[in-house]
Amino acid sequence: MSQRSETPARAQEEIEECPCKEGMKPDVDVARRRLLLSAAAITAMPGQLAAATPAKAPPGAVLYDVPENATKVMGRPLLEDGGYGTRSQFETAVRMRADNPNDMTSWSFTPLADTIGNLTPSGLHYERHHGGIPAIDPAKHYLYVHGLVDGPKKFSVADIKRLPSITRKYFIECSGNTLDEWSKPKGKTVQVTHGLLSTSEWTGVPFATFARHVGLKDNASWVLGEGADAAVMTRSIPLDKMLSDGLIAYGQNGEALRPEQGYPLRLVLPGYEGNMMIKWLRRLQVSDRPFMTREETGRYTGLMPDGRARQFYYAMDAKSVITFPSGEMMLPKPGHYQIRGIAWTGRGRVQAVDISLDGGKNWVPARLDDVPEPMCTVRFSYPWYWDGKPAILQSRCIEDSGYVQPTRTDLVALRGEHFVYHYNAIQSWAVAADGSVANVHV
Amino acid sequence: MYTSRTLLSVFIAALFALSVPVQARDDEDIGTPVTEAELSAFFAILPDGEGLPPGSGNAVQGLAIYAEKCAMCHGEKLEGIYDTGAPPLAGGAKSLATKQPLKTIESYWPYATTLYDYIWRSMPFHEPGSLTADEVYALSAYILSVGKVIGEGEVMNAQSLPKVKMPNANGFYVDPGPDRLIYRPAKAPPAKK
Repeated sequence: MSQRSETPARAQEEIEECPCKEGMKPDVDVARRRLLLSAAAITAMPGQLAAATPAKAPPGAVLYDVPENATKVMGRPLLEDGGYGTRSQFETAVRMRADNPNDMTSWSFTPLADTIGNLTPSGLHYERHHGGIPAIDPAKHYLYVHGLVDGPKKFSVADIKRLPSITRKYFIECSGNTLDEWSKPKGKTVQVTHGLLSTSEWTGVPFATFARHVGLKDNASWVLGEGADAAVMTRSIPLDKMLSDGLIAYGQNGEALRPEQGYPLRLVLPGYEGNMMIKWLRRLQVSDRPFMTREETGRYTGLMPDGRARQFYYAMDAKSVITFPSGEMMLPKPGHYQIRGIAWTGRGRVQAVDISLDGGKNWVPARLDDVPEPMCTVRFSYPWYWDGKPAILQSRCIEDSGYVQPTRTDLVALRGEHFVYHYNAIQSWAVAADGSVANVHV
Repeated sequence: MYTSRTLLSVFIAALFALSVPVQARDDEDIGTPVTEAELSAFFAILPDGEGLPPGSGNAVQGLAIYAEKCAMCHGEKLEGIYDTGAPPLAGGAKSLATKQPLKTIESYWPYATTLYDYIWRSMPFHEPGSLTADEVYALSAYILSVGKVIGEGEVMNAQSLPKVKMPNANGFYVDPGPDRLIYRPAKAPPAKK
């Protein structure tokens, strides 16, 4: 409990350790960090140079002595880490828990401003659990495929790994990502506003392969996915989607799935809302109609202003966000900056990204930093000269269908303020004359 | 003397011997057939009642179970207790089109069978899957009766539960896809005087 609540605060403090981030956070935090450091130096580490080394290794790192000159002393031997590896003790980015009362049914945010490139490190992939994270022995885990099939079967994890696999990069976004922004600009940082988004390289076996092994009946049209967690999470998925690109994944970024991501098996439905991609997958029941589970009726449905609700809203719409500069950062002085961000769509590929420096009045094209792939994020950038005057930075994603990411005004006009899920409006970051950056609505 | 051709065929044979067990063919017989008995450990209840087990319960029985196993999280009056993470289960009637919609089983959920399915698979939160079929019917009856969806004396079972008409049964429609308004022309800039 105490460790969990300390993590985000400690991570924020330790960001200040990195000289490259100097000046990117409000001064007040720098001052607080320095105060804490000097206090630690006096009380905990008398006679040591506290500022040179963090007092405690960040999660996933090991604390080593840092020599003045690494060319004058022998480095450490190989495999001292036990053979799995650790990250640098100077890297501090961590997931941050949501401010919810119950950590067994809650979520954690990916630190989008700290991730590099297009893939999210598996240990920073956002989490959403409905009944905690189960510990599952893969030797005792089976995937049952039954219902409207000729011959129901169970497949061991070893069976599944013997089948021909495919490997694809896809993003996963929680349908509740950015849900606090419908009415007021609430999230302080891009980690909180957009951090329920992560991208991985997934490896697994297409559902179509399993379908051939059990034989689908003519009236098969839906598939229930069920997890082996305490929530025994269920969703009904249209068979068309399952057969087009539904994937039974066991690999993530070159290794087995992380437990938080469904070890040993999860369903991956490219572009669809994250909660449908059942983790700890144990069962697929083929049916001729949807099951109307709690997660597709009482939850994950969108309430419209007339009191009726949209159901079976699957694909995550085109969306983008600027990650630098973003909320709570501080630009030290006028000058050249590289605006950076992420764009994605669950309905195809990102075609282009536009940038506005004046709150949406004028738009210019950004540079795409990697080649767009279907249902995958892309990084974008834009070289910007900040003249020191207040500016409102925005990005908008244009997908290959021609769909353009809407403004918040347009989205609220369409859906009201109680839709909760699938918020994909343009995000605005206001840069003040003092260089501070804040979440605003325009 | 071995000819180079002999050596080559030995080499190819060795390659086959190595590669055969590595990956199954797509059409190879993989997986184990399962019996209905093995599958009976699983359930998923459909709106027409398919999958509901034998058993029954009413609101009076449900109240006693609720007080013992549910009230500590969901509240004595089904109002939900924020600090436990448990949402309200009743209330919110006619609130959905207002500025403060309250989505509960009473006001929002379209099918009573979903209630049975969810309680049976996920509740109580700290002891999931521990309730008997009779207990789940009784709890369903109690929650529905507090919301005045059914009368206090009504018995819930595999026949009666699917027939319960939820207040918001007609409140859902299939999402139509990207909103058409997004494809309309951008608003014209205000005319200059």
